[in-house]
Amino acid sequence: MKHNVYIYILIMALVTFAIRVLPLTLIRKKIKNRFLRSLLYYIPYVTLAVMTFPAIMDATRSPIAGAAALVLGIVLAWFGAGLFKVSAACCILVLILEFFLVK
Amino acid sequence: MTNKPKNISPRRQVLRQGLRDGVPIGMGYFAVAFSLGIAARRAGLTAFQGFLTSALINASAGEYAGFKFIEENAAYLAAAVMTLVANARYFLMSCALSQKIDPDTPLRHRVLLGFYITDEFFGITISRKDFDPFYTYGAVMFAAPCWAVGTALGIIAGNLLPAFLVSALSVALYGMFLAIIIPPSRQNKIVGLFVLIGFALSFAASRLPFLANVSDGTKTIVLTLVISAAAAALFPLKEVPDDEA
Repeated sequence: MKHNVYIYILIMALVTFAIRVLPLTLIRKKIKNRFLRSLLYYIPYVTLAVMTFPAIMDATRSPIAGAAALVLGIVLAWFGAGLFKVSAACCILVLILEFFLVK
Repeated sequence: MTNKPKNISPRRQVLRQGLRDGVPIGMGYFAVAFSLGIAARRAGLTAFQGFLTSALINASAGEYAGFKFIEENAAYLAAAVMTLVANARYFLMSCALSQKIDPDTPLRHRVLLGFYITDEFFGITISRKDFDPFYTYGAVMFAAPCWAVGTALGIIAGNLLPAFLVSALSVALYGMFLAIIIPPSRQNKIVGLFVLIGFALSFAASRLPFLANVSDGTKTIVLTLVISAAAAALFPLKEVPDDEA
């Protein structure tokens, strides 16, 4: 059975709304549990890492271009380039590399 | 900063400052949203559905994960869990913000500020001493429409653009992810270590033959929770740095 796209959107919106708004409206004190605090601290970085690689190699027509964009993105972000610069540089690198790599 | 004109109320002044700082954010959002729109198109969403998703959710990783689940026709519950995991950092930011804003901030401002917590809006909100919601609203007024319109245009133009451009633009999203995770990895070696472990295990999970039938989304949830729990158990935080939360 094909699920309804609007129900997916509604579910995602409700979950996201709850995550963002409930702490700001309800919690007035610091979370005490050390494991929970640590878990919440690490999750964002780990989940973005898991979602980035190897997906970036499957998103481009040439996996080599995707891998090169990953390396360039890491180097630029390491030396302090912002969101826009890193994204743009990755796109341009893929554009140039695929000109040679994809027939 | 220039002198404040007398005829403009402080609230409008703050709103205007936010609007100004929202311009570079909006430009970045537009490019990344366009890339996100390409992913949404792969999942079969219409331009309106993409616009609606971005207007309601305002989250790159969360929306991207959601589109993958829609593409795979996953169970609704799985999509809910994935949204929870992918957007967990907003929970932290919301907690952090709850400690910083004026305790007398009315509910409507708490709800609206919370609704628009993103990495960038959170960043600029806490960059000010007064945590004035109207500053954030100014940035939101410019940048949030860029995000929603960019997604819709990505879906439309993804059909029109030649394949080499779609391929190049599709990495913008991952570039943004890298710009979020790499600077903290440089500052904090433990974060960096677990980012590397995330890369390695994600790669292994995508190539191991006995995991071939497990969906990408499910792998992401399980890997995220297992790796983060290991990190939290082995290297628990002493004190959560509010500004990085």
